Amino acid sequence: MYRKDGENYFVVDSHVHFWDGSPANQANRYGKGFIECFFDYHRNLSPEEYHWPKEKFEKYSEETLVNDLFHDGYVDKAIFQPTYLADFYVNGFNTTEQDGAVAERHPGKFIVNGAFDPREGEAGLARLEALTERWRLHGVKLYTAEWRGESKGWKLTDPWAYRYLEKCEQLGISNIHIHKGPTIYPLNRDAFDVADVDDVATAFPNLNFIIEHVGLPRLEDFCWIATQEPNVYGGLAVVMPFIHSRPRYFAQVIGELLYWLDENRITFASDYAIWHPKWLVERFVDFQIPGDMQGEYGVLTADTKRRILGINAARLYDIEVPAEVAAQLPESERAGGGLVSAPRVPA
Amino acid sequence: MSSAVEDTLTVRVWEALDTVVDPELDQPITELGFVEGLDVTADSAGGRRVRLRLRLPTYFCAPNFAYLMVADAHDAASAVRGVSSVRVELEDHFAADEINAGVAAEAGFGGSFPEQATGELSDLRAAFRRKAHLACLERACRRLIDDGWEIDALADGRIGDLPASQERDSLLRRRSELGLRTELDAPLFVEDSGDRVPSDQVAKRLRFAKAVRVSIDGNAGVCRGLLQTRYQRIAQEGEG
Repeated sequence: MYRKDGENYFVVDSHVHFWDGSPANQANRYGKGFIECFFDYHRNLSPEEYHWPKEKFEKYSEETLVNDLFHDGYVDKAIFQPTYLADFYVNGFNTTEQDGAVAERHPGKFIVNGAFDPREGEAGLARLEALTERWRLHGVKLYTAEWRGESKGWKLTDPWAYRYLEKCEQLGISNIHIHKGPTIYPLNRDAFDVADVDDVATAFPNLNFIIEHVGLPRLEDFCWIATQEPNVYGGLAVVMPFIHSRPRYFAQVIGELLYWLDENRITFASDYAIWHPKWLVERFVDFQIPGDMQGEYGVLTADTKRRILGINAARLYDIEVPAEVAAQLPESERAGGGLVSAPRVPA
Repeated sequence: MSSAVEDTLTVRVWEALDTVVDPELDQPITELGFVEGLDVTADSAGGRRVRLRLRLPTYFCAPNFAYLMVADAHDAASAVRGVSSVRVELEDHFAADEINAGVAAEAGFGGSFPEQATGELSDLRAAFRRKAHLACLERACRRLIDDGWEIDALADGRIGDLPASQERDSLLRRRSELGLRTELDAPLFVEDSGDRVPSDQVAKRLRFAKAVRVSIDGNAGVCRGLLQTRYQRIAQEGEG
C-alpha cells in the first residue's frame, strides 16, 4: 500500500520475474545476449542509485525479490509472468515452477501465471491442464518470439493457438498476457505487429488480452486495436521507467493511451528485476502531465492513478481491494468495502 | 598514412550514408550512431576499398530491419564514384554472420536466411515508409494548426500551403518515396494511396498520425539511449 497526500493506492505489480540469467545457466550466446539486453534496459532507464552490478542482475536471491517488492516497493500483490526461453537457458530463464515455488513460500503475496506454446500440439494441451491444476492459473503469459528448434516464433492466429485459447476458456484462464519480441521468423514480417491480437480478441470475447509494454514499439497499432476491442488491455511494463529518463515521452504515451483506451484498461507493472517498483510507484503518484501538454491530454487525477496502479489488475484477477482504497473510488463502484466488477470486464 | 583521395572518398561515403535510414525510426544511421567505423584504403589494382562497421542498440534488434540497413549501406557506399569495393560488417548482433555474408554475396534477404525468410522485404519496407509519411504529415499539419488552421480545413490544403521548412522537406521526401505527388498544387492531406482524405475524416486520421509520430519519436529516443548504454558496458567489460 502506498499513501500520499490523503490518497491510498493499492499496488498490483502485474509483471514481475524471478529469473536465472547467470552464465552457469546460459546455454549459448543467445542466453548471454538476452540477459545483457535486459541489463542495458535496466541501466539505461533506472536512476543511478538503483543500478545493480551485473552479477546481481543475472541472478538475485528470493530474499532480494521479496524485500524489494513488498517491503521497499509498496507492492501489495505481484503477478509472476514466466519467460521460459528453453533454447537459451539450460533450466529455462524463468519458469512457472520456479515462480510457483517462491509463491508458495510467501502465501498471499504472489499470483502465479503459466504459459503455453502452441507448437507443443496435443501434448502441450495436456501439460497446460496439469499446470493449471497444480498452480490454479487464471492467467498465462505468451512470448510469441520464443525460439523452439527450427521455429523462431509463432502467431496467435496459428490454428493450434486457437485450440490453446479454447482450452484456456475451459480451464478458467481468463487473462492472456501477450509479449511481442523481435526475432519472429519468417523475417519478412514485422515481428512486433499486434494485428493477430485483433483477430483473437474478436474470436474470444470472454478472454482478456493484456498486451505487455502496450505494444511498443508499435504503440499506434496497439491503440488502434484496443479502441475497437473492449477486451484488450495495455500493460505498462517498460513504459513506466520513462517517467524518470524521459518524462515528456512518458506523458505522451500515457496521454495517448488514455485517449484511445480509457483509465480502466491500463495496468501498472515494473517488469522487476529490470526496474524497481519503489521509485516507479513514488514517481507515478507524483507525476503530472507537463503544463504545455495539458491542453491536449488533460491532467492525471489521483483516481486515474489509483486505477492504473492496482484497481484495474485487481478486477482482472479478482483480488480483494482493501476498504480504505475502495472507499476512495466513486460510489457506484463500491460495495461493502469490496469492489464491484467493472462493467467492461466479464465475470 | 591516408592520401587526399582517401580523405575525400571518406567524406563522400559518409554523405552517402546520410541517405540510409533506419526504417523503423526514420532517421539516418549516421545520426543514430549506428556507423561505428568507416575506412577507405587503396587496393592493389589502384582502386579504393571501403570497410564499414555498423552496430545496433541491442543484440536482438529485429534482423529484418538490420538486414535492410546493412544492404542499404552497402548500396549507398558502392554508388560513390571512385569506390571499387565495399565490405559492411554488422557487429555484436545475433544474426550478424548471416546478414554480413548475405549482403556481401548479394544474395538478397531470402538468400541470407534460406530457412527462415520467405521472399524479400519490399512489403515490410513499404509499410514503414507509409508510417514515416504519416508521422511527417502530422508534423507538417501541426505547423499549420499552430498558424491558425482549422483541422477540417486541412482536407482542402495543398503542399504549397506549407511554409518552406524542414517539415515540408521531410514530407516531400516521404511522398516521393511512396510515389505520391510532390507539386505545390498537390493535395496535402492524403491517404497512403494518394487519395484525398474527406474533411469529416481528417480529425481521426490526424489523431492516428499523431500516435504514429509519438511512437516513432519515442522509439528513436529509446534506441539512442540503449546504444549508448550498451557500448559503455562493452567498453568497460573490455577494460575489465
